[in-house]
Amino acid sequence: MKLKSILVAGAALAMTATVANAATLEDVKASGELNCIVTTGLVGFAYTDANGRWNGFDVDFCRATAAAVLGDGDKVKFVPTTGKTRFTALSSGEGDLLYRNTTVTMSRDADLKLTFLGVNYYDGQGFMVNKALGVTSAKQLNGASVCIQTGTTTELNLADYFRAQGMSYEPVPIETNEEARTNYLSGRCDVYTTDASGLAATRATFENPKDHILLPEIISKEPLGPAVRQGDDAWADATRWVLNALIEAEEYGITAANADEMAANPPNPNIARILGAEGNYGEMIGLDNQWALRAIKAGGNYGEIFDRNLGPNTEIGLERGLNALWSNGGILYAPPIR
Amino acid sequence: MSDAKSYEPGHHPSLPPPKNLVGWQRWVWDNLFGTVTNTILTLLSIYLLYLILPGILDYFIFDAVVNASSRAECAELGSGACWAFIGDRFSVFIYGFYPDELRWRPNLTFILLILALIPVLYDNTPFRKYGLYFSLAFPIIAAILMVGGVFGLEQVDTRLFGGVLLTIVIGVTGITFSLPLGIILALGRYSNLPAIKVVCTVFIEFIRGVPLITLLFVASTMLSYFLPPGTNFDLLLRVLIMVTLFASAYMAEVIRGGLQSLPKGQFEAADAMGLKYWQTMRLIILPQALKISIPGIVNTFIGLYKDTTLVIVIGMLDVLGVAKSAVSDPVWNGLSVEIYVFVAAFFFVCCFGMSRYSMYLENKLHTGHKR
Repeated sequence: MKLKSILVAGAALAMTATVANAATLEDVKASGELNCIVTTGLVGFAYTDANGRWNGFDVDFCRATAAAVLGDGDKVKFVPTTGKTRFTALSSGEGDLLYRNTTVTMSRDADLKLTFLGVNYYDGQGFMVNKALGVTSAKQLNGASVCIQTGTTTELNLADYFRAQGMSYEPVPIETNEEARTNYLSGRCDVYTTDASGLAATRATFENPKDHILLPEIISKEPLGPAVRQGDDAWADATRWVLNALIEAEEYGITAANADEMAANPPNPNIARILGAEGNYGEMIGLDNQWALRAIKAGGNYGEIFDRNLGPNTEIGLERGLNALWSNGGILYAPPIR
Repeated sequence: MSDAKSYEPGHHPSLPPPKNLVGWQRWVWDNLFGTVTNTILTLLSIYLLYLILPGILDYFIFDAVVNASSRAECAELGSGACWAFIGDRFSVFIYGFYPDELRWRPNLTFILLILALIPVLYDNTPFRKYGLYFSLAFPIIAAILMVGGVFGLEQVDTRLFGGVLLTIVIGVTGITFSLPLGIILALGRYSNLPAIKVVCTVFIEFIRGVPLITLLFVASTMLSYFLPPGTNFDLLLRVLIMVTLFASAYMAEVIRGGLQSLPKGQFEAADAMGLKYWQTMRLIILPQALKISIPGIVNTFIGLYKDTTLVIVIGMLDVLGVAKSAVSDPVWNGLSVEIYVFVAAFFFVCCFGMSRYSMYLENKLHTGHKR
């Protein structure tokens, strides 16, 4: 097709395009669309359904943010990216907000000029083995063959862990999760290691998931969190507090179903502040006071989003674990909205 | 011998060849059981097929599940392939994220594409001359239809292109524009004018020396840094340009091979007739050079078409990318075999089609070079 006419269209686009500046919030409001960077496909976190609609844990946070900022959770344009293109997509302005199961690290924060907004999923690298091996701890894995995705941090973590334990292993290098699944099931490796959420998702696809166990050791910290471009504090504030509001909402029992009712008759002052019945907290971050109400109504609070996409009732069946609220034994702890 | 008839000399009707020298029996004998080696190989192959075929047929056809709403349901209903997944996602595989209510536009574009291809591909099409005008205008018509934004057509973001739609857009664009560009580059490199020659040679060698994936990365990420901040230069357009440039460099070398195979006498004869450079090329050189290059040209086309799957590395979801993102749906997770078979079948149909057409073209044009 169509080089010439696309060129013309491209030139026209280039001329009309607004220059991205530090005022992402205004830009997003003006364009009426939130460009949200997601992965091209990861079980439970981002995937497309039969109608081509994006779904998943990260995707729901994008929608909640769009609902808070633009008033409509469907005003999101998803920018699917690979691990290699995600940060350039953000820094070049193709996307305004990154929710792409991205581990928060110091170098990314400092060197890549990102501003991380918090953590929406605490992950960590784990091990999966066949029950028949009789292994109950990663410390018994000396000499095991391990399926490991090449070129990832998990590969480095694995080497570190085995060296620290004074054990040896035989790596079986693989490229994709699917390849790992096949190799592991055919017995080419005794152990498959990757992020615990990925292990659980993979195990869910086995014919007999119960024959395989995840070992209790988690050998790395993989806090996955959203990010925006560095140097745009107004935008970072707005998006960060959407995430915090969703976590707070779970703490105070505000759900998509009862949010309206709670906003009308707030049972306590905390809820009143979150839902905009008291104070003007939305205006402080450049939004209106119903921002959190809309975000919660778009896809529910943190717990609802988790349960719908990853929780025990889904095919993936992850427990909350670290991702439970601090009051339920997890480490999910959002600063108060006040 | 009683019914023997006599014929005038030279009027005896031709008799059919003996029965055992014609038909399938003869073919089987010649090809499968002619010699001891052939017989052994044939029996061995039959045995291998006997071993493999039942499994394949069971998996893909007899035990396959066509109607189900999840992978778990598929597993209950049958032990074979879960085609229900493909069926469930069919419209996404075809249109990507193109808005539902506007899908008549890609449909219409596809029909027009076929109409535009017919006069180009077959020279005994009725009203071919007018057809060719239409073919020339088609890229513009297609762009307007697909992207919209003018004549009251709603604008569709190219980010919503996906699946087979995106593969065809990239493939057809690359193929259509790389051929003329390749011809120009080949002529440039073959030219006697040093400036043109150097420019073309440098261009070809540079592009050929870099993997396509690098060019795609440049298109998707580097350009954003070079251009003024915030300039929204459509990603699909950038990719189309890169793919076209990449294919045209290869095309140029294929065509240069064709040019070089022509004897010097052809050029001299054209000069002797007083033809100008472009006349020489148009009337004498290119018709011959292109004909010789057909296998190489189609080779490049097919390679380009299959390379379009690389766009997934820059986050564009072509037919393979859409499939991968669909397989991440927990309801269907783990069905990658079905996906790959489906995508392979799609590419096979397209590439085999191109290959057959090139054979038809070679047969039609063969005028003495063929042995």
